[in-house]
Amino acid sequence: MTPTNRSWIPSTFNFVLLFVVWLLLTNSFTIGNILLATFLAWGIPFLISGLQSETSRVKKPLKAAQYLFILLWDIIISNVVVARQVLGNTHHLQPGFLAIPLDLTDPLPITLLASTISLTPGTVSTEVSVDLKTLYVHALNVDDEQILIASIKQRYESRLKEIFGC
Amino acid sequence: MIILEYLTVIFLLIGGFFLLVGSIGLFRLPDFYMRLHAPTKASTLGIGSILVASIIFYSFKGDGVSIKEFLITLFMFLTAPITAHMLSKAALHVRQPPRPDTLNIDQLENIRDRK
Repeated sequence: MTPTNRSWIPSTFNFVLLFVVWLLLTNSFTIGNILLATFLAWGIPFLISGLQSETSRVKKPLKAAQYLFILLWDIIISNVVVARQVLGNTHHLQPGFLAIPLDLTDPLPITLLASTISLTPGTVSTEVSVDLKTLYVHALNVDDEQILIASIKQRYESRLKEIFGC
Repeated sequence: MIILEYLTVIFLLIGGFFLLVGSIGLFRLPDFYMRLHAPTKASTLGIGSILVASIIFYSFKGDGVSIKEFLITLFMFLTAPITAHMLSKAALHVRQPPRPDTLNIDQLENIRDRK
């Protein structure tokens, strides 16, 4: 990405993120520290702007926030499910590798989908195909392969598609 | 105040329980890929609950709202899936054998075969 077409909004996002994280980390709200936070929040994005590549942007922040809550809820629910599986008879579990065909095309949404899958218990993203068309996932217990794949696609992928508008 | 103490205790117990389940899973599950599920997941909910307990405890001790915990949670949510992904990916490429009855085990060569 060249500096000329760098858009204003993501750098505002980066600025706010770095500013808040610095203040929280140092936990001091003196004028000097706020100045330092401002300096770092401008300086760091400027220094790394050459490293940033063209990525998809979040088009619907509200949907993204909603996605976060859905994810949190799913983490809680599926942790309970996995806890039960772990404490039960582990030899009745049917592990499996799943190939999830991807509708997403950009690296960032695919990374987020892979991270989501890894965060929700019972599934871990293992590998993505070279052409970025298939995501391979290891699941702890597969009742029905097609239903599991469909639920991941419908619950997470379709929402990510909407968020990134692709 | 007593209610807050009970809340802190409840969240600590929930957190401790899920961390324990994570460790038990690591011990009990049969193959590497399955073992990976237990500790990586326990860390999210287990540590999450302990952080909630910490927020409740320190926020009502009189030092103002404690928000550092949100940062810990944020960094954990960023790093935990990457660790899990890299571990399972590494296991796949060093040909760590999964349990023989694993579904689609015959496709593993295709998955591995990326240049």
